[in-house]
Amino acid sequence: MNRLLGRGVLVRGAAILALMLVALFALPAWFDTSWIDTFTSVAIYAVVSAGLVVLYGKVGMISLGQFALLAVGTWTGLRLNYLVDLPFPLLLLATGAVTCVVGVVIGLPALRLSGLFLALITLMGAGAITLVLRTLEFPNGGGGFSGHRDSDLGGVVPMVRPSWGTSEVGFYRYTVIVCALVFLLALAHFVLKPGRAWAAIRESEPAALAAGVNITLYKMWAFALASFMTGVAGCLLASQVGQTTPQPFLLTNNLLLIATAMIGGIFTLWGAVVAGVLSKLVPFFLQTEWGVGQYWLTIIFGLGMLQVLLTAPGGIAEQLPKDLANLARLVSRPFRKRPSASKETP
Amino acid sequence: MIEVEGLTVRFAGVTPIDDVSVVFPGGTCGLIGPNGAGKTTFFNVLSGFVKPAAGSIRAFGDDLLGMVDFRRARWGLRRTFQTEQAIESLSVFENVAMIHEHSKAGRATRRSDVLAAIEYVGLDEPGATVGGLDARDRRLVELARAVVGRPRVILLDEPAAGLPDEETEHMATVIQGIPERLGALVILVDHDMSLVSSCCTTTAVLDFGRLIASGLTTDVLRDEQVIRAYLGTEELDDQVLGAEEHVTEEPA
Repeated sequence: MNRLLGRGVLVRGAAILALMLVALFALPAWFDTSWIDTFTSVAIYAVVSAGLVVLYGKVGMISLGQFALLAVGTWTGLRLNYLVDLPFPLLLLATGAVTCVVGVVIGLPALRLSGLFLALITLMGAGAITLVLRTLEFPNGGGGFSGHRDSDLGGVVPMVRPSWGTSEVGFYRYTVIVCALVFLLALAHFVLKPGRAWAAIRESEPAALAAGVNITLYKMWAFALASFMTGVAGCLLASQVGQTTPQPFLLTNNLLLIATAMIGGIFTLWGAVVAGVLSKLVPFFLQTEWGVGQYWLTIIFGLGMLQVLLTAPGGIAEQLPKDLANLARLVSRPFRKRPSASKETP
Repeated sequence: MIEVEGLTVRFAGVTPIDDVSVVFPGGTCGLIGPNGAGKTTFFNVLSGFVKPAAGSIRAFGDDLLGMVDFRRARWGLRRTFQTEQAIESLSVFENVAMIHEHSKAGRATRRSDVLAAIEYVGLDEPGATVGGLDARDRRLVELARAVVGRPRVILLDEPAAGLPDEETEHMATVIQGIPERLGALVILVDHDMSLVSSCCTTTAVLDFGRLIASGLTTDVLRDEQVIRAYLGTEELDDQVLGAEEHVTEEPA
C-alpha cells in the first residue's frame, strides 16, 4: 500500500490540516464579524461547488440546477425547523435527504441525455423550482405545507442555530466542520468503488458498460450525493440567515455558480474551495474595500470563464500551482545558472 | 465453448451480420475478415451494445443474449476495444481493480489478484497514472483489465493495433498464455495474420456479414475463398487488366 500512498498524500494531508487550523482558529482571531459571516458563506458555497465537482468533474454530467437545489435545501431546512424539534445535526441530515430525492428526480433525464440537452433540462428544472418557491415563499413559522405567513405582523422567530454555534464565530466554526465532513464524504466516494466507476463512465460509457458498471445506478448515485451535499449546504444557509425570501434565489445564479466552479477548478475539491472564495469572499472584499459593485463581477467571471475554456481547463486550483512553480523557476534561474556557466567558460 | 446459432443483425437497410452459425470450441480462437466484415458488430452483440434481429448465443451453456448488458461482465465476459479505453485519470492499479470490483471474484483476494494481473501482462508500476504511459503500456493495462477477476470469455479487438513488431510479439506471448492460465476462452480479432496464426488454434472468417470459413487456423488461412476475400482476386484481376488496357491506350 505504501507505494500507492506516496508522498503526495502526506503533503496534501498536511496542507488540509494547516488550512483547517487557519480556518478554525486564525481567521476568527484576525477578522471582525462581518468578515466571519462572509467566511461562513464561503464554506457553504464551497460545498455547493463541490456538488458540481461530483457531477461534472467526476462523472461528466452538466447540471445547471444546483443553485435551485440550494434553494430547495434552504426551504426544506426552514420548513423542517418550524415543523419538528430536531437536534441540529439531524436537521442537517433530514434536509440533505429531502434535497437528495428532489435532486435525483431532476437528474433522471441524465439517464437518457447528456451534454447540452442535459444542461437545458436541468436549467428548466431549476426554472420550475424557482417559480414554485416564489409562489410558496419561504417558511417563517406559518401553517400548512408552505409554512409561510404574512410577516408584516412581526413576531417571526428566525431559524434555530446549533447549540454551540449561537454566536457568529461559533456558527462559523460549526459550518466549517460540517463542510469539512461533507468534503470528506465526497473524497471517500472519489477514492473508493464509486469514484472508479464514475471515472470509467466519464472516460467512455460503452467501455464502462463492458467493465460491468451499472451506469444507471452510478449516475443516479452521483446526483444523489451532489444533491445531499447541496441540501446540507442549504440547511446551513437557512440557519446562517435565519430568515429569507425568494429574491436572492435568482435563476441566473445557476449559471454564475457553474462559472465560478469552473474558474475555481471543477475537477478537484480544492477547486470547490476556490470557487467558494470567488463567489463570496471576492465580491465582499471588492465591495467593502474598494466599493466595486456586484455587476462588475459578472464581467470578470465571464473573462475568467473564457480563460478557463481556452487555456486552463483545470481552473485556478490547477493553474495556480503550475504558475507558481514556473515563477519560482524564473526567479531562481539567475542563481542556478552560475555553476553551469563556469563549466562552459573553459 | 461458445455456440452461435443463426445470428442476424440488421441496421436500417444494412445487414452487418447475416445468419451466422459458428462454434468457438475453446482456447484462443481467431475471428478475421476484411474491414466491414462484421467482426466488431459481433463483439458488440456479445457485449450487449447491439440487439440481434434473430439468433442465439450460448456461452458455456448460458444464454448470453438473455443477460442484462452490464451483468455480462459479472458473468465473466471481458473485452478490449479497437481504440484505447483504459481510464487515463486513474492509476494502473485502480484501472484493473475497477474491473475486479464489478466481477464475481471476492474482495478478500482483490489486491493480490490485481497485482498478479498487472505482473502477468508485464507491467511493473501499479501506482503509475495511465495518462502518463506510452501506447504499449496502455494496451497492456487494457489486457490486464481483461484477464483480472475470473474471466470466462475474453474478446480482444485488435489488441496490437499500431504497435511495432517486437511489442506485438510480447503481446502474443501474453495472449497465448491466457487459456491455460485462466481457463478462459479468448476470441481475437486482428488484421495481423502472424499474430492470429501464432495465437489461435482455430479461426473463423467473416466477409460481408457471412461466415465463409471456420476450422483449424492453418487450414483456414490456406482456404481459397478466404484468400479471395482478403485479396479480392477477381476484382484485383479486373483492376490489373483495366490498368494495363489504360496504359496501352495512352501512347496511341
